[in-house]
Amino acid sequence: MLIRKPADLRPADVTPKSVYLDRRKFLAAVPAAFLTARELLSPRGRALAGTKLNNVTKSPFSTTEQMTSPDVVTHYNNFYEFGTSKNEPSRNAQNFKTSPWTVSVEGDVAKPRKFSMDEILKLAPLEERIYRHRCVEGWSIVVPWIGYSLSALLNAVQPTAKAKYVAFESYWDLKQMPMARPDMAGIGFPYVEGLRLDEAMHPLALLSVGMYGETLPPQDGAPVRLVVPWKYGFKGIKSLVKIKLVSGQPSTTWNLANANEYGFYSNVNPDVDHPRWSQAKEQRLPSLFKNHPTQMFNGYASQVAGLYSGMNLKKNY
Amino acid sequence: MLKSRPGKGTGKWTKVLVFLLCLAPFARLAWRFWMQDLTPNPLEYITHFTGNWTIRLLVATLAVTPLRKLLGVPDLIRFRRMVGLFAFFYGCLHFLTYLWFDKLFDFHEIWKDVAKRPFITAGFTALMLMVPLALTSTKGWIRRLGGKRWQRLHRLIYVSAVAAVVHYYWLVKSDIRLPVLYGSLVAVLLLYRLVTSLMRRARQRTAAMGAAPART
Ligand code: HEM
Repeated sequence: MLIRKPADLRPADVTPKSVYLDRRKFLAAVPAAFLTARELLSPRGRALAGTKLNNVTKSPFSTTEQMTSPDVVTHYNNFYEFGTSKNEPSRNAQNFKTSPWTVSVEGDVAKPRKFSMDEILKLAPLEERIYRHRCVEGWSIVVPWIGYSLSALLNAVQPTAKAKYVAFESYWDLKQMPMARPDMAGIGFPYVEGLRLDEAMHPLALLSVGMYGETLPPQDGAPVRLVVPWKYGFKGIKSLVKIKLVSGQPSTTWNLANANEYGFYSNVNPDVDHPRWSQAKEQRLPSLFKNHPTQMFNGYASQVAGLYSGMNLKKNY
Repeated sequence: MLKSRPGKGTGKWTKVLVFLLCLAPFARLAWRFWMQDLTPNPLEYITHFTGNWTIRLLVATLAVTPLRKLLGVPDLIRFRRMVGLFAFFYGCLHFLTYLWFDKLFDFHEIWKDVAKRPFITAGFTALMLMVPLALTSTKGWIRRLGGKRWQRLHRLIYVSAVAAVVHYYWLVKSDIRLPVLYGSLVAVLLLYRLVTSLMRRARQRTAAMGAAPART
């Protein structure tokens, strides 16, 4: 660890702030202007090719920040079941069969049951929620998800007093996902994730069935996935098939693969670095620059900080 | 020096061809930049593109000597400096991408990264070790240093290649297939040198013993 001495001088300390900021801005502006010019010359856009979702209401939880283009969100994916490169899932998941589909909700609940996709779509009114999405790798996007609070589904099965955590599991099938092998991807399968019950019951935790007005594209986790906007993206498990309420903290895939780097909580936190890179800044895709400041709990601190009061967030990363 | 014999040599235009081949990735990157076809994450794309070409050309540079012997084309030596300098060129682009697009020349942050993140430390070491090699790559410097000393200095490339592999191995999240592949290539190329140098020494020893009978 490098201990920062008070005597350390930063360029910002010796150069007048305005000059310093101007130089920084200028350095970013030249290539950015160039890229914008190119974009104006040849705008691109591809459709999602999903099914339109109707009767979707707007949610007050939405950010007013500019949404990322669907082209980016559907062609830049971490979905290791379909390959470890970001551009592989959009190609390899095209024929992923998402119907029929059921999600089993079980464990410490009064009414365990399986939900068909039809039932999930009708369980609660669909809302559009425009959330910031921050990946642990240091990039971020703004996505108009469609879905409703996960609590609606959990309440339907009535968690018992024993339930303290929620364990999630993704679909896994080597026939459809020939690359979903530990020796290729370096992580275990099926992908598993977990939340504390109070986190899972928080209204911001979203069970998502769509984005940009349509059903989810396969590479973004069709037909139903989790979105936890104050946590790093990998907590938002895709293509959900099982939800189990349990009494002890469940294992999570990335934590099993590398406990040093990926904790159970994985709340977005600019002050807790990943061992290999700083988390203070992010790239708002498709920007060339990593110059967007990362916010505590990804900007959702006023809603969720209470869940972690008294907790050491450096230790419980 | 070995004079290339017609038919057995590598021809006059091959050097131009190798130059163009080494430049082609850069041309492709520049074209994709112009076409704004750098994927949704241009920073990652450029970083990975330049990093990959640095390590490929580094391995290619290391492969020249063994290939000369194994293929029986000693003339390949004509390309070694150029390929090595191209490795350095892509390494500089890679570093510049990091300095500019990732860190916006925030030298405080950069120094923190180099000092405390092992994968950055390793990459930085690999690149810094290439600097003296690039600077002394001219005929003039070979003369000034003398062949033996120049050769010893340029063995730094072995350390650089190992540091580059370590850099790659430490930076991947979980899929280690490519860093392991490059690691194996570098290991084979370095083992080749170890084995040939041991064999050479053994030969020299037996030759020396043959010339002067061993004392007992
Ligand atoms: C000879 C020197 C170097 C070589 C051969 C090299 C090679 C590589 C390679 C092969 C990759 C991964 C590409 C991929 O995953 O497709 C990479 C990534 C990277 N390198 Fe280097 N590199 C070198 C020096 C440096 C230096 C000096 C820095 C910065 C100080 C640096 C920073 C990075 C960063 C930030 C990444 C991306 C990491 C990520 O994606 O998480 N490298 N490099």
